[in-house]
Amino acid sequence: MYAFNYHRPDSVSAAAAILAKGGDAKLLAGGQTLIPAMKLRLASPGEIIDLGRVSELTGISTEGKVLVIGAMTPHAMVAGSPAVKSAVPALAELAHMIGDPAVRARGTIGGSIANNDPAADYPAACLGLGATIVTNKQEIAADAFFKGIFETALGDGEIITKVKFPAPEKAAYAKFPNPASRFALVGVFIAKTGSGVRVAVTGAGSNGVFRVPALEAALAKSFTPEAIAGVKVGSDGLNSDIHADAAYRAHLIGVMAKRAVAAAH
Amino acid sequence: MPAVGMTVNGKKVQANVEARTLLVQFLRDHLRLTGTHVGCDTSQCGACVVHLDGQAIKSCTIFALSCEAAQITTIEGLANGEQLHPMQEAFREHHGLQCGFCTPGMIMTAVDMANRLGGGLDEATIRDELEGNICRCTGYHNIVKAIAAGARAMHGQAKAAE
Amino acid sequence: MSVTGIGASVRRREDLRFITGKGRYTDDINQPGQACAYFLRSPHAHARIEKIDTSAAAGMPGVVAILTGDDIAKDKVGGLICGWAITSKDGSAMKAGAHPALAQGKVRYVGDQVAVVIAETLAEAKDAAEKVAVSYEVLPASVDTARTAAAGAAQIHDVAPNNTIYQWHLGDKAATDAAFAKAAHVTRLEIVNNRLVPNPMEPRAAIGDYDAGTQTFTLYTTSQNPHVARLVLSAFIGIAPEHKLRVIAPDVGGGFGSKIFIYAEETVCVWAAKKVGRPVKWTSDRTEAFLADAHGRDHVTHAELALDGAGKILGLRVKTTANLGAYMSTFSSSVPTYLYAPLLSGQYAIPAIYAEVDAVYTNTAPVDAYRGAGRPEATFVVERLIEVAARETHRDPADLRRQNFITKFPHQTPVIMTYDAGDYAGALDKALKAADYAGFAARKAAAARKGRLRGIGLCAYIEACGIAPSAAVGSLGAGVGLWESAEVRVNPVGTVEILTGSHSHGQGHETTFAQLVSGRLGIPIENVSIVHGDTDKVQFGMGTYGSRSGAVGMSAISKALDKIEAKAKKVAGYVLEASSEDIEFKDGKFTVKGTDKAIDFGSIALQAYIAHKFSGQELEPGLKEGAFYDPTNFTFPAGVHVCEVEIDPDTGATRIERWTAVDDFGVLINPMIVEGQVHGGIAQGVGQAMLENTVYNADGQLVTASYMDYQMPRADDLPSFTVQTIETRCPSNPLGIKGCGEAGAIAAPAAVINAITDAVGHENVAMPATPQVVWRAAQSAATKVAAE
Repeated sequence: MYAFNYHRPDSVSAAAAILAKGGDAKLLAGGQTLIPAMKLRLASPGEIIDLGRVSELTGISTEGKVLVIGAMTPHAMVAGSPAVKSAVPALAELAHMIGDPAVRARGTIGGSIANNDPAADYPAACLGLGATIVTNKQEIAADAFFKGIFETALGDGEIITKVKFPAPEKAAYAKFPNPASRFALVGVFIAKTGSGVRVAVTGAGSNGVFRVPALEAALAKSFTPEAIAGVKVGSDGLNSDIHADAAYRAHLIGVMAKRAVAAAH
Repeated sequence: MPAVGMTVNGKKVQANVEARTLLVQFLRDHLRLTGTHVGCDTSQCGACVVHLDGQAIKSCTIFALSCEAAQITTIEGLANGEQLHPMQEAFREHHGLQCGFCTPGMIMTAVDMANRLGGGLDEATIRDELEGNICRCTGYHNIVKAIAAGARAMHGQAKAAE
Repeated sequence: MSVTGIGASVRRREDLRFITGKGRYTDDINQPGQACAYFLRSPHAHARIEKIDTSAAAGMPGVVAILTGDDIAKDKVGGLICGWAITSKDGSAMKAGAHPALAQGKVRYVGDQVAVVIAETLAEAKDAAEKVAVSYEVLPASVDTARTAAAGAAQIHDVAPNNTIYQWHLGDKAATDAAFAKAAHVTRLEIVNNRLVPNPMEPRAAIGDYDAGTQTFTLYTTSQNPHVARLVLSAFIGIAPEHKLRVIAPDVGGGFGSKIFIYAEETVCVWAAKKVGRPVKWTSDRTEAFLADAHGRDHVTHAELALDGAGKILGLRVKTTANLGAYMSTFSSSVPTYLYAPLLSGQYAIPAIYAEVDAVYTNTAPVDAYRGAGRPEATFVVERLIEVAARETHRDPADLRRQNFITKFPHQTPVIMTYDAGDYAGALDKALKAADYAGFAARKAAAARKGRLRGIGLCAYIEACGIAPSAAVGSLGAGVGLWESAEVRVNPVGTVEILTGSHSHGQGHETTFAQLVSGRLGIPIENVSIVHGDTDKVQFGMGTYGSRSGAVGMSAISKALDKIEAKAKKVAGYVLEASSEDIEFKDGKFTVKGTDKAIDFGSIALQAYIAHKFSGQELEPGLKEGAFYDPTNFTFPAGVHVCEVEIDPDTGATRIERWTAVDDFGVLINPMIVEGQVHGGIAQGVGQAMLENTVYNADGQLVTASYMDYQMPRADDLPSFTVQTIETRCPSNPLGIKGCGEAGAIAAPAAVINAITDAVGHENVAMPATPQVVWRAAQSAATKVAAE
């Protein structure tokens, strides 16, 4: 790991002030992705701003029909939260599928979506539920937030503070894990809301998380596994690697979508 | 070099460390607590698991400086003097270890598992919860047995003192 | 059976330190004034080194020294060796290219050591290594096992044209061809035995130290055989004469073969310690372990089995290409030859066998012994062939095996081995019963109703362990003898220290070896300590691998205990005033036949040391004996494993639902530890069959260089196992032990693939059978059924 300067502010504004000074600064949330990357010398920030003491960023609340999760809320807390289980049980289930217990104790929702790993789980939930990402500067709809692998709409000096999830009528996440990394080889998040059905896929796309309009249209007509049995998901734009080629991933999207619909609650 | 202070196994410790010092390096190199091991570079093997404020975490994936004022328990702090923790006893009784390298992380994960989920752990739960701990020797069979027995023992008596 | 003697499941004595964090592994050790080493490794699979410029790096903070292949050459440090000479079928010697500890002129795989940077801290060494400027002329790489010997492939070592190290054969070609000519049925398979990375959880590490006052080197290293390491470092690499080099292998966190070998890094650390005048420590990270630990397996094989019309096996023919990587590791040459082809008879009476093995170089990490070493590859060939033959000839796979089992012992196979004892049908019967083989059809039907594919697979394996008689291995090309040594030191109060040349890195020798002594001498197990892993304490030993520590290492202890007993009886004779012939020793007591005169072992020990009851002319004082034990044969553990899987045909996800093992390991010292060894072996075998693969791309970059891409078996990949044993005593050693360390890894791959192919209904399933592979197999089976 390269040397860096370490900062541990206790407020978002203090963190933003350090970030504004530049110097190749990087925010440290749970660190479960950033620190391994730094150890392998794949990331080399000059300044590390540890958000671990910014207590305003951690917590879960409900505002009417909207679930609000602070950016520094760890996966384990989301997975175990009665508020989440009641408003969006699929989200609690998804959080439980991330990494392992020790990773879930540290990894955070804000860190996950800011990183936007193409095989991460939370981006599928955000896109599938039509979440809003709130930063210290603005609110960004999930559809506009995820810009491609490891790319987001976050600008310089911007810090995610919370994520707002509108509670759906029904939702579920079906994940087929990469056998080695246990990230999503294919993960499909499906939500049925008052305004229609959203299907978001992670792990499969060469450009990161994406929606599948053909599945959404079919499910809007009939929210049943049978409704999408005949919908062919193409392999264009899907990843091929040693674990799965594009055709297998395309097939798994269909299988996982059906399972998610069947499991939605 | 920045200063850091924390409580490790009930003892207050303080040191000046490079910012890039990981908690596991602080434990091993500065405090000479070498029971916590490093088995991978990608936060997957779990040989480095310790408890931070009562929760199992990977000490290879957190900076020592992030642990300022925290309570850390390592494998060396689990036993009560000569009296082994029930989970330690269970690993010995059920032959849940061979080379011993993954064992400290396994035991720390197992104690956390039993603390969170109780004494009645079934096989499927234990195997699922062990996703972040890799053992190359045992095929996990006896680790699973040991954890089930250790969890029962922990909840048969007072909860692990931490 | 005493509560701590042979046959008791004594809880392990070594565990206390491991469960309390007090184990002492190499990386836990620090020497005063030590510096840290970091190896700069080749980023290219094959390249000529044009220039190494260390000037910028040398000025970096904390740098102590930067050493390269030129320094190694200047100091005349010898290259790494391969200790087993194989002769090609044309009579020519194997073609071993030079293997310098730091590259000289050329690099031959990604991870090859180019330079070592020694600095005050590891972080500083890494920082400086980035400033070492190496200019390379990148050469085309050859990475494909099946094609590296073909025309046009990049040439890796000048001494080995067509990248071919040897072309070896075993067996009677003419007789085998004749057997095939008269066959009623021939089963043919193309088999790839996938390359594996051993991955003991403790990465390799080394600390070199040099005492200028006594001109003595000390090396702490993660070794399965410290004495062999010292021998090689001394006699071949030339670090120092043996009496000036101490090698210590403290607690070692697993080996599985990969810590047998003498590597570049430990060589460099011990050499550099003198050069820089400070202890030099290196600890591998996991990425380096993937790149530079010796890998295992990597065979491409065409195999054929000939049967007569009644199902009797007539012959077996095998042509294998074995990838040994970029350099020949310490025992690499023996693995695909003498540890492989002599096992091709399996448990079967096969009249004619012919095996050809070509060993080849590629621009990949060296390949050497990994748990089972050659025997898993042989078993996979035999047990896939017989399973497929049964399916092709519409026979029950268990019945076809039973029909061809060897039933009379000793049995001479056509490929060197003389099997000494076994009961193959007995193991099969017990396994089929324990696995409820008869009930499988109902379970398969139940699975089908849930839309699942269920399959069952058998593997009847045999292995040759306890390696091995020195004269035998010598005649096969081994550079060393494979006996073992032991010394029994009885202290004046009757406590005992056992010094053994075996090395424990998970096997539990501190318990099992002490059980032998406790039971034999009738003393509490607490009164016995086992000393190993230090060349200054133990005179010599060959180390632990090939499931040899029980059969060979404990036999050496047993032999030394014979001498202790004989001497103690003499002492007892003087003390009890009787002829030593009239002294009997039982349950820790010496008695005079036909009298009530008795004395315990501890008192005799004291008498041996105070020596008041006899004169030094009559009997030497003291009670200490040593022995070297050389076995008379290999041992032949065998058994049957049954794997039952269920497949989700929509995704290819495969679960192992049941696992039944019935093994014959001869006499068991500690059943609890034996079962644990079987569990671990099965896990590694399942890993090979379903999870683990080592992938190099066409440029020779290692794609699977971390646990993100290399799938280690995790708890939720595996079931609990049913492990049972039968016992036929091994007649080739005094304790009747066969060895159990590798059985699971040998049996499991074929059992798994036989189960999966049974489930999907065709044989085209390669290892590792990942979900994608199984899904495709299930798809093509479904397509085939639809078309029919």
